[in-house]
Amino acid sequence: MTFLGQALQWFLDGSHWQGDFGIPNRLFEHLTMSGISLLAAAVIALPIGITLGHFGRGGNLAINVSNVGRAIPSFAILVLAVQLVGIGALPAFLALVALGVPPILTNSYVGMREVDPEVREAATGMGMRQRLILWRIELPIALPLIMAGVRTSAVNIVATATLAALVAWGGLGRFIVDGLSQRDYAQLFAGALLVALLSTAVELGLAAAQRLATPEGLRIQKYPLEAEVVPTPQAMIA
Amino acid sequence: MLATGVLGAADDPWIRWDWIAGHIPVIRDALTQHIELTLIAVGIGFLIALPLGLIAWRTRRLRGPIFSITGILYTVPSLALFALLIPFTGLTILTAEIGLVSYTLLILIRNIVVGMDAVPQEVREAALGMGYRPLAELFRIDIPLAVPAIMAGIRIATVTTIGLVTVTALIGEGGLGSLILDGLIRDFKTPLVVGTLLSIALAIIADVGLAGLQRLVTPWSRGRVRI
Repeated sequence: MTFLGQALQWFLDGSHWQGDFGIPNRLFEHLTMSGISLLAAAVIALPIGITLGHFGRGGNLAINVSNVGRAIPSFAILVLAVQLVGIGALPAFLALVALGVPPILTNSYVGMREVDPEVREAATGMGMRQRLILWRIELPIALPLIMAGVRTSAVNIVATATLAALVAWGGLGRFIVDGLSQRDYAQLFAGALLVALLSTAVELGLAAAQRLATPEGLRIQKYPLEAEVVPTPQAMIA
Repeated sequence: MLATGVLGAADDPWIRWDWIAGHIPVIRDALTQHIELTLIAVGIGFLIALPLGLIAWRTRRLRGPIFSITGILYTVPSLALFALLIPFTGLTILTAEIGLVSYTLLILIRNIVVGMDAVPQEVREAALGMGYRPLAELFRIDIPLAVPAIMAGIRIATVTTIGLVTVTALIGEGGLGSLILDGLIRDFKTPLVVGTLLSIALAIIADVGLAGLQRLVTPWSRGRVRI
């Protein structure tokens, strides 16, 4: 097919690999923006989720924040951020952080709550102090779920960073947005391919990290399968 | 079409009621298209997910591949997925729906498999002992008992799809997303706010409505507390 040939030509064109508008720099922008946003989201969400989970308070808040987050379109968050702070890198960053917080918060809360109370009691019986129980018992057991939340956030952030090209910021989404507006389908397709590869690589890499983070005694199956649960609507309104 | 608005218009209020009053038909059409795109996506998604979910549940060997493929579809960002399809299917509703359906599959299939897996083996044995044939047992025992998990999947898929539909504005569809895009291009807050609020309201109404439907069809699970 000639079209795929054009897409291949686009990749082979040396000028697409150099300078500020080249693939390496766009990839760098995409990864830096995603990384910083994820870090900021984790710094905000982890302490809240872990604290709420440790004390078993605010469960409705911790769980509903994800459901509310899901209901707000990420595209709308991005455009709203532009209205608040103007175009460029800042609205992209703010939108990505807002998007990254809910999954980490919810998962760290649920992870802490899922720690078997008997394990906690046994630790208390052995004379461990609260702080030690948190660091040596609860967090290691909760780590796989916490990592699952980080992974969900990371994938969401990398995906939405693509949309950020709309608010006059770079990243790999630039090729898609420019390809669309210029009807340059080779560029559009090539950009989409790059984004798809990056997202899949991030997902697979973090899945491996999640497996490594799982304490050996908790590794039961290769693909832990969990249904996403949703709260009752009463809880959601309340 | 995709140029971003310039900064300025500092005195632009968040809501201009006169704009809304003058654009009721536009807003109504956007809302209708949003609902249509969502219903088609979740409907077709469920028709594909049910057989695939049952296959993944029954055949361990196929579970890995089914989850890997739908997982990759779910991971690819929506804009990129649409962009990959455009050279072949153009700026059409077909492109939008292929993308939207793809995103429902992982959510639906995962919840179907988990729901079916959770049916206690004793229940299944009791049904077979009572003389149920395998197919009758599947439709009268297994699937009904898995309904809460399956419905949870449909709820999540629906709410997610309602959000994703807004992105299809970039490929000329979009429902309420076309209002959001309009707000971005013209640097004008009112359509943005209207599109966003209606989209959120739609997601909440769909979620609460589906939860009510679930209670209706599974009277036995009422009163049980789920997180």
